[in-house]
Amino acid sequence: MSAAQTRVLFDEPGPRGRVTIVVSSIAVSLLVVAGLVAAVLQFRAHGQLATDRWQLFLDPAIIRFLAEGIGRTFLATGVAAVFSYPLGLVLALGRLSRNGVVSRVAGGWVEFFRSIPMLLVVYAFLLALPRLGQGFVLPVFWMLVVPMILVSSASTAEVFRAGIRAVEPGQWEAAESLGMEHSTLMRLVVLPQAFRIVLPSLLTGLVSLLKDSTLGYVVSYPELMQQGKTLTAYYSYLIQTYLIVAVIYVLLNLALTKLAESLQARGNRKTAARPAGGQLAAAIEATPAQ
Amino acid sequence: MIEILRDNAGFLAQGALVTVLLTVIGFLGASVLGTVTAIFRVSPIAPLRWVGTIYVEFFRNIPLLSLLVLITFGLPEIGLLLPLFWCGAVGLILSGSAFVCETVRSGINTVSLGQSEAARALGMSFTQQLRLIILPQAFRKMIQPMVNVFIGVLIGSSLVAAVGVSDITNVTQQLNIRYAEAVFLFLLSGGVYLLLAMGAGGVGGALERRLSRSRISSRGAK
Repeated sequence: MSAAQTRVLFDEPGPRGRVTIVVSSIAVSLLVVAGLVAAVLQFRAHGQLATDRWQLFLDPAIIRFLAEGIGRTFLATGVAAVFSYPLGLVLALGRLSRNGVVSRVAGGWVEFFRSIPMLLVVYAFLLALPRLGQGFVLPVFWMLVVPMILVSSASTAEVFRAGIRAVEPGQWEAAESLGMEHSTLMRLVVLPQAFRIVLPSLLTGLVSLLKDSTLGYVVSYPELMQQGKTLTAYYSYLIQTYLIVAVIYVLLNLALTKLAESLQARGNRKTAARPAGGQLAAAIEATPAQ
Repeated sequence: MIEILRDNAGFLAQGALVTVLLTVIGFLGASVLGTVTAIFRVSPIAPLRWVGTIYVEFFRNIPLLSLLVLITFGLPEIGLLLPLFWCGAVGLILSGSAFVCETVRSGINTVSLGQSEAARALGMSFTQQLRLIILPQAFRKMIQPMVNVFIGVLIGSSLVAAVGVSDITNVTQQLNIRYAEAVFLFLLSGGVYLLLAMGAGGVGGALERRLSRSRISSRGAK
């Protein structure tokens, strides 16, 4: 996060300390430059710096081709979120339900899909579905998006559950003492507050959904990653294409992350710096490393 | 179904072994690299902090599959040929380390500032302070997040199947194609992942209980 939040573990340096810091700074900078030079030389030694290998990506047709991929990446991410977030909320409520069967089923679903890699679900889908019905063909879009929904519903459910739990007990007690039923209490008191707590985490969740959408590469849905694969099949500029695709992904996710962080900073100001949101975001960020 | 299991027990076990190895290597490598990066990010040397920040932002935001494809198919283009297994391992280490770095950094932030001030008042250097005072206390708060990182690496390790490493997901897929028993095989290898994830959670919980027992004095000190 911002420099202000990174606490300072060192004193204002004295004269000797300053010299050490300057010398090490120069040494580090030189090392970084040396690393970059080595990388460039390595690229050049294998003829990967040839201008035509990079100029290709200035071609409007290629740019449009990649932009279409980005559009489908957004589409898959968005549609998956639209389905998996409500599903996640339902699962979270189910898991917190006082009905033992409901809470166990929801809990089992969440624990299962939280520990299962999405690729496994994708493979199972690719092969299991054709056997379900004769001539039943699921469009390739859903081959990607349904596994995304299944996997993300589980992590979203945990986000919602943590958010509901982060609402202060006093709020529950107050609502109960007003004679509210459980469902009214949830709808009018707890959920509105929980939503505000989880909003940044839901945005961070979009980052992992966006990352999951790269599995279009496996099911051949032409999102950005698959578009990159197609390009390499035509031009075989492997490292250039995959490097550019990677940088695009990093920029997209960086933008989403920054948005989530600024929302969170705003939320924290509003709720008098309650740390619940922060811990939550950290927990969510740490989970899906895909 | 039992026949599939009997005939391919060795194949499946090998796949599971590759998954376990990748996860363990990825997690250990990421822990070391991530801790080093976290130290970079709190160090007094500004260029080190910048390097740490750029590193983390890049590897935290790149999709693992994109990274794996880049390593597996891109690096040979500039003459860096790694064995397939290590392409997967390196990808997992790099992406995992970014998450470890953030975990360590927020762990460091949970240690009260007075600890650092006291250490400095005793004349400890930056490295002594980190090694003897800050990190040992930070590690306690990091167990649960580190379990999450482990599970993330475990789940992420399945993506090596997409670039051709024969881990359990890849083996499952090969058997899927041969036997067309997708649901059974899915549940089987899903069970392997579930078991490993639960095992990690169990170890983390036990570790946490143990450490909280040995922390009687620090609770009152707050």
